[in-house]
Amino acid sequence: MNCREFTEFLNEYLFGNLPAEERAEFDRHLAECPWCVRYLDSYRKTIQLTQSLAASDSSSPPQDAPEELIQAILSARGRSL
Amino acid sequence: MADTIPDSPGDVDAVALLARMQQGDEAAYATCVRIYTGRLLMVARRIVSNEEDARDAVQDGFLAAFKNIGSFEGRAQLGTWLHRIVVNAALGRLRRRQRHPERSIEELLPHFGDDEHQIDPPAPWKDAGDVGLERQESRELVRRSIEKLPEIYRTVLVLRDIEGLDTEETARMLGTATGVIKTRLHRARQALRALLDPYFRQGES
Repeated sequence: MNCREFTEFLNEYLFGNLPAEERAEFDRHLAECPWCVRYLDSYRKTIQLTQSLAASDSSSPPQDAPEELIQAILSARGRSL
Repeated sequence: MADTIPDSPGDVDAVALLARMQQGDEAAYATCVRIYTGRLLMVARRIVSNEEDARDAVQDGFLAAFKNIGSFEGRAQLGTWLHRIVVNAALGRLRRRQRHPERSIEELLPHFGDDEHQIDPPAPWKDAGDVGLERQESRELVRRSIEKLPEIYRTVLVLRDIEGLDTEETARMLGTATGVIKTRLHRARQALRALLDPYFRQGES
């Protein structure tokens, strides 16, 4: 395995989608390639950063909904009756 | 991942609210709009990144939901159901919008030399704690970087990694194959990694 192949399929490796034999190949490559160790670490942190946006948005109170939008939705609802 | 729309926000009993709406209680419809609009607007903004389109998507979504409220059997929760409808409405707005020329994703993907090593060696990133997920500044940086991704990649990243949809649901909403979604998600994450790299590599403040 080389770095190009590792980088191309590292998502499959990261999420455990590979058969044992292929996974062992990835592990062997990682054991001898510090660059791919760094790349994998930063790829994983990128996913964590992205997912944390949803967590922070849902745990914080929503911004005040614009009153004009609420009124527009309720008026449209009234017209559709 | 948790849905971004709580099913019973605040003190509101979503099951009882749904039952009142299905009985035609107009006050219940108004309550529903008041408690869910804020969070649904945040969802729509993440997809269309244009305030007018985001607001239109929320309105489209509510009206579509209300039209079908009678047939909603409650297998999903009210908040989850509204979330999916607004995501779909926002995607509809996105498709109708005039597309602008976009940067190629290729420049944001790793490049390799003849020896199959990356031409630019990856630098180590800061520890997770130092990346500062809890800091507003870091979150804004990630948001702005996601905005820079080409649209077909950004959309998949937002639906999968932020809105919490699975691969099959994302493929269905975007009308494409699951294999395409998986490839685009991987490319989007790689490109976002490249955009964040200058800020999160060790030694940067």
